[in-house]
Formats: sequence, structure tokens, C-alpha cells
Amino acid sequence: MKKITLKLFRYNPETDKKPHYDTFKMEVEPTDRVLDLMEKVKGYEDGTLSFRRSCAHGVCGSCSMRINGENMLACKTLVQDLGTNKITVEPMLGLTVLKDMIVDMKPFFIHYESVMPFFVNDEPDPAQERLQSIEDRERFDDTTKCIMCGACTTSCPSFWANEEYVGPAAIVNAHRFIFDSRDKAAAERLQILNDQFGVYRCRTIFNCTVACPRDIQITKAIGEVKKAIATGNLD
Amino acid sequence: MKQHQFEVVVVGAGGAGLMAALYASKTASTAVISKLYPTRSHTGAAQGGIGAALGNLEEDHPEWHTYDTVKGSDYLGDQDAIEFMCEEAPSIVYELEHMGLPFSRTEDGKINQRPFGGHTNNDTGRPVTRACYAADRTGHMILQTLYQQSIKNKVTFYDEFQALDVIVTDDGVAGVVALEIATGEIHVFHAKSVIFATGGWGRVWEITSNAYAYTGDGVAITLRRGIPAQDMEFFQFHPTGIYKMGILITEGVRGEGGVLINGKGERFMEKEGYAPNVKELASRDVVSRAMYLEMKAGLGIEGKRYLYLDVTPEMVNKYATLDGRTRPDGTPYRVTSEEILSKLPDIIDFCETYLGINPVTQPMPVQPTAHYGMGGIPTDKFGQVVVDKKNKILPGLYAVGENGCVSVHGANRLGTNSLLDLVVFGKHSGLKAAEYARNSGYIPLPENPAAFAEEQLEALRNSDGDEHISDIGNEMKEVMFDHVGVFRTEEGMSKALGKIRELKVRFKNIKLDDKGSVFNMDILNAWELSNLLDIAEVTTVSALKRKESRGAHARDDYPERNDKKWMKHTLAWLKEDDVKLDYKDVVFTKFKPKKRVY
Ligand SMILES: Cc1cc2nc3c(=O)[nH]c(=O)nc-3n(C[C@H](O)[C@H](O)[C@H](O)COP(=O)(O)OP(=O)(O)OC[C@H]3O[C@@H](n4cnc5c(N)ncnc54)[C@H](O)[C@@H]3O)c2cc1C
Ligand code: SF4
Ligand code: FES
Repeated sequence: MKKITLKLFRYNPETDKKPHYDTFKMEVEPTDRVLDLMEKVKGYEDGTLSFRRSCAHGVCGSCSMRINGENMLACKTLVQDLGTNKITVEPMLGLTVLKDMIVDMKPFFIHYESVMPFFVNDEPDPAQERLQSIEDRERFDDTTKCIMCGACTTSCPSFWANEEYVGPAAIVNAHRFIFDSRDKAAAERLQILNDQFGVYRCRTIFNCTVACPRDIQITKAIGEVKKAIATGNLD
Repeated sequence: MKQHQFEVVVVGAGGAGLMAALYASKTASTAVISKLYPTRSHTGAAQGGIGAALGNLEEDHPEWHTYDTVKGSDYLGDQDAIEFMCEEAPSIVYELEHMGLPFSRTEDGKINQRPFGGHTNNDTGRPVTRACYAADRTGHMILQTLYQQSIKNKVTFYDEFQALDVIVTDDGVAGVVALEIATGEIHVFHAKSVIFATGGWGRVWEITSNAYAYTGDGVAITLRRGIPAQDMEFFQFHPTGIYKMGILITEGVRGEGGVLINGKGERFMEKEGYAPNVKELASRDVVSRAMYLEMKAGLGIEGKRYLYLDVTPEMVNKYATLDGRTRPDGTPYRVTSEEILSKLPDIIDFCETYLGINPVTQPMPVQPTAHYGMGGIPTDKFGQVVVDKKNKILPGLYAVGENGCVSVHGANRLGTNSLLDLVVFGKHSGLKAAEYARNSGYIPLPENPAAFAEEQLEALRNSDGDEHISDIGNEMKEVMFDHVGVFRTEEGMSKALGKIRELKVRFKNIKLDDKGSVFNMDILNAWELSNLLDIAEVTTVSALKRKESRGAHARDDYPERNDKKWMKHTLAWLKEDDVKLDYKDVVFTKFKPKKRVY
């Protein structure tokens, strides 16, 4: 067991004029998830504490938060990973806080939807599967892993500066289709991203890549999209 | 209160709900309401694969898939529905591929497949490569693909809306009542067809692979409206959950050659009485029971309640040689670290994150974990809800995915058959619901359509006792895991039932901190706990009554299957202070019950 201090951002629009922090001292296992600590607080200290969560093992993308200043999944971050007894949890930046750790995800999903994040191929479907080589499948493997947690986009200074920037998550999801050999709408997506609020807002700061809980090489993916726009080909 | 009107309303946006919505929305106005953002649904957690006899790597047939599923179900599955699902499987997997699903590929560019428990070549009895996969995130790719197609097809979503009640009149279904979580406002969705696709209820048990959201809402809502739940005593415990945490380690690990090892370093699955033929790739109920018996005999690792799952190349290759396992092209089966890494990246990530170990060099500590509800809301093979032993249809109501019971899984589900169930029956219930909507009018809403939902919330909000919902929840989980788990006895289950009933009384005396409207997760968590308690009660009563062992329902006091008395489905109705039971026939076509050996 280990003694820690958990400092939580609090804001309830029905009762608070402005946000504040609550602090809890607790004994925890070093292998506890930050999410476990928050469940403990909610279960036994203060039932009004609000946050999103579902899978509890880093695959659903619900619980992205700022933990000691960096975006992480609360269910994929263990106390021992943080290397300190003081843990501060706050909502992601750049999106409106609705209550405690819950932010308004709508703008995030609107950006996602704007890049045609779906498979397009209007040729008649073959009787069986479309063939794809192992290499062609590998080409976009990394960006298929995205769980739309928002950690990347809300850690990006370009997004903080201007929320009209589509943001890294949307570009990752465009990348997933642009480089899929079976898809036929790469040119349209590249045109969408070749906009003043598209890929060129990316200043290769790498915050997104550091934040991504799925270890997606986001900056690299954005670079590939930039290159495709510049050269007009996908190699 | 706000009111909406749609011909079809789908509750739930996992694989089943999205597939239903994609098909219903082709011809009917359709809305999907979901308590989670669709991409947060638990379908995204599925790892190993979706079953279909494509035969991409070796000979396979839908008939073999059908037989394996019937056998896996311990003959409780309805054979007409199973046949239908397995016949549809190849075309629906191709359809997913045509929607863009990025399956892993074979050398010749086809969808790749791997072996999974209980799936066999019916001629040789050896494991067959039938699970179509996308690395170890097949469910994630299915969920993403279906959501992407929903955006493309402009399906209407009400995200973070929680259904609390279904409106049932004498003539049929008239809609759904839901809470908008962000505001606390009640919405009434007037509908001709309602499709429930709310997933499972594994949060009844302490060690579970299931998400926090798996609270059985659909089953509880319909139980409260007088609709029975079928075969609830059959709940699957997956053999390999991470010790203490329950996080799932896919059966795909064993498909790739991983072996189970006890505290004496033995590969115990080959023991006589377990599964000497297919060993680790027997059905889940068989493997979980073997593990339980090993641990009970003190053969856990260091005598503790876990065993090792070992997928290090040395172990895989050692046992593959002993088994004489070959690749489909006939060459001896050998793996390298790189291959394990590329096929199981997420499993490796979970182990590194939560256990600090690397499965390519170290074994994983595992124990059986609550995983999947074979039972649920009774339906026919079009997802239409049926409400008695004669299969009387309740017009306009559908259930699909894990919360439905067709029944294709019977007493024990085979791995990869749930994802298949979602898309096959999702599609057909969507089509059927739209067809019904086309041919019928809206049934008028009753006077106060939201009354029952509001009453439930008010009772929670105003409850002013001294009980913590966390205490009640933890006590439920513990007693259910200990006594209504992998092995069961009359005594243990009676004890559990007494406890659950005590907890239901104590639940009336809870106190909630949050009295607000905006994102009041406190009240919703309490409501979800009331669902779990109802389901725990129905499960335990159904299990106590079934005096035999079949599939996932294994009793120490009745160790044998008893086809004479118990070859029948349980139907359970929730009453004020009791559960009423009745039974209905199992459908047989080709396969006569035999003793199950693996
Ligand atoms: C870790 C894990 C791995 C698995 N691996 C495999 C595998 O490899 N192969 C396989 O075949 N099966 C697998 N399964 C089983 C399979 O994934 C699930 O049974 C299946 O995904 C359930 O899908 P569903 O559409 O029924 O529910 P879900 O995908 O869970 O969706 C439920 C939906 O209902 C919504 N909902 C719930 N309650 C309400 C409410 N009250 N109001 C509004 N909305 C509500 C949720 O928001 C969600 O959108 C696995 C399961 C787990 C847990
Ligand atoms: S790219 Fe990574 S950080 Fe960004 S939304 Fe996807 S999973 Fe989250
Ligand atoms: S709860 Fe699913 S990612 Fe954390």
C-alpha cells in the first residue's frame, strides 16, 4: 500500500460559479489504475464526482483525462507509472467542460465526420472478399487502432489556438482510408485536408504522438498525408 | 419531456445495434439511442475473431460450423437458428469486408483465419482455422466499420441517452423512454418497432471481462414489463482473464499455440477427463472447469488461484512438436517472437501495462473471468421477441446481440460466434423491424408514457437511507462469483439467493449524493445496480431449479447432463417478490444429442 494525495478538478454547472479542486488522501496499491482511485472517491467519498468510463482496459476511449498535466487514459495509467504520490486529475483542454472530467465531445466528432471517415468504393462488390496483400494491409495498420479518445487533439497547441483546426484524430482517421489500397476516395479526403484548417495547422510539435494511448505514430501519419497532398501520390 | 417519432428505434449502438440500424434505415425512419458514444460500445473490446467457414486456409464447411456450434451449446441451442447463422456466416463476413473492414490477410490476399476453441474439422476432430480476424482487435474493427458506415448512410443518433423503459400496450410496442444524460431530461420515442441491443450483464460478477456499462439494461427493462428472460442460468466464464483484474486474454492466444500450465509445470488440459484431443482448444466451459479443478486441487501457481497461460515461442514450439501440429500447407508449426508480436499486439500491450510482463518471454497469470450471457430476451431467428413457451410474438419488439437469446449459443457459446450472431441477427432484425413498420401504424402512446421511468428515478433520487450502492454492488458481485460461478451447488446457490434478496431490500434504503440533473451518473449507476440485482436473482433462481450439469451450468451435486428431464429452455418471469419459471422445447433438425468429448 502507498499513501497518495489525489487532487481532482471539480465543476458542477448546477451548483458552482467556477471550478475548484477537491483533495483526497488515500491508501492505494501501486498497481491501481487512476480510474480505480476515482471509482473509490465516487463510491465512498463523493457520489457527485462525474467522469466517463466503460471498458476499464484502454480500448473504448471513454476516460481520457489530464493526469499530472498530460493526457492519458485513467484506466490505462497505474499509480506506479506516475512516479509521485501527488496525482492531479483534470479534464482535457480545448473542449468545454460540462461537469467535472466530462467535456463536450461534439466538436471533436464533428471534425472526425468532416474527413469522410468511411470506406468508399462504388465498383460492384466481388462475390468474395476484395484481395489485399499483406504489405498493402500493413500500410495503414497503425491508424486503424484509433479509439477516438481525443487525447491527441486536446493536447495540440494548434487546436487550443483555433478549434476550427480538424486536429490530429481526424487526420489519423482520414489516413486510415487514404492509404487503404481498396478505397477510392483518397483524392477527395486530401482535398478536404488541404484547407486552411487542415493538415498545415500541424506544426509537428509531437504532443499528439506522446499522448496517444494506442501508440499511433500520429505525427508520422500527418506527415504522410502532407506529403500526399504535396506530391499528389500515395507512395 | 420531449417527444420524438421514428418508425424504428434501436436501443444500443454496438455491433448488433449498428447492424440493425444500417438495415432498418434503408427503408424506415430510424434512430439509435445509446448510453455510450457508439464507438465506446463493448463490441470494440472483442479481440479474437468472427467465425465463418470461408475455408481460406484449409477445408471447411458451414455444416461443420453448425455441428460444432450445436455440440458447443451442449445441445441446448436451437438447431434451425444455428444452421441459419452458420450458413449466412461467409456472406456476412464478405459483406463486412466490402464495407471496408481491414481484416488481416493471408499470403494470397484473402481474409486470414485462426483456430479457436471448439471449432473443428469434423472428419479429423482437429482444430480448424475458422476465426476471421483483424490482429487481436477484430471487435474494434467491426464496431468502427459499422459506425463509419452509419455516418456514411446518415443514421440518426441520440448519443448519451439512456433507455429506462419500453412502452408496451395490449396491441404491441409503442416506443421507448430515455433519459438525456447531459441534461437529465426525459425523452419519449414513439415508434412502431423497437430493437433492444444493449449488450451483456457480466458486472453481476466480481472478476469479469465486461465493461462498467455491462449492466443488462435491456433484459431488466423487459423483465419489468412482464417479458420473460430465457436460459439465464447459462453464463460463460472465459478461461483466461488476467489474474484479479479479469481483463480478457483472447482464446486466439491458445489458437496461436499458447498452452495452459499448472503449479507443477504440467500442461494439464491433456489429462484424461479434461480434453486429451484438442486440449487448450476445447470449449470454454470445459477449459474453465478444468482450471477450477486444478486450482481446487492445490495446483494453482504457488498454490494460489491462478494458472499460467504461456505463449512464449519455446513453449509453443515444444508442444506443437509433441502434438504434431502442422501449418495448413503441411509444414511443421513453428512460431517466432516477431510473429506473436504481430498477431497479438494488444494482448502484449495489456500485459505490459497491467502486469509489467512481456508475454513473448514470460507466462501470463490467468483465472476464469465472467464473460458472456448465453441467455437473454427470447427471440426467433428474425430477432422478434417471443413471450411464452409457444413462442407467441410480441408485435414490434426485437432483441439482438448479447441481450437477445435466439438461441444459437444454448448452454455454452463458442468463441467467435457472438460477433457472428451480432451481424447476422442484427441484419435480419433490422430488416424485419422495417418491414413490420411498413405494414403497420403507430400504436397510440398511453396517457403518461414516461410515468414508470420517472417513478423509478424519483424513488432513487428521494431515497434517504444509509446504504451505499458500492457496498451493495460489491456484496452482490462477491456472492455471485463464489456461488453462481464456474461450479455450483444447491447450498451455495441458496445462500446466494438469500443474499441477493437481502440486498434488494437494502437497496430500497440507499442514499445518493448527487441530486442534480446534469450528468447525474450517481443516479444512473444506482438504476443500473437495480438491473444487476434483478438479473442476479433471475439467474440464481433459474440455476437452482435446473438439476443437471450442462454447458456453463456445472453443478457438483448433479454432475451429469440429464436430457430426459432437462433438454429444454428456461423461461423466467420477474414477479414482485419472486421469479416464476416455465420451460420451452429445444428445436432439433439434424443432430441428436451425444456425450460431449473434446
Ligand atoms: C473482452 C471481450 C472480448 C470478446 N471477444 C470476442 C471475440 O473475439 N469473438 C466473439 O465472437 N465475441 C467476443 N466477445 C463477445 C462479444 O464481443 C460481445 O458479446 C458483443 O460484442 C456484444 O455486442 P452487442 O452489440 O450485443 O453489445 P455492445 O457492443 O456492448 O453494445 C451495447 C450497446 O448498448 C448501449 N446500451 C446499453 N444499455 C443501454 C441503455 N439503457 N440505453 C441506451 N443504450 C444502452 C451501449 O451504449 C452500447 O452501445 C468478447 C467480449 C469481451 C467482453
Ligand atoms: S489517434 Fe490516439 S490519441 Fe488520438 S483519438 Fe485516436 S487513439 Fe486517441
Ligand atoms: S474506460 Fe475505456 S478507455 Fe478507459
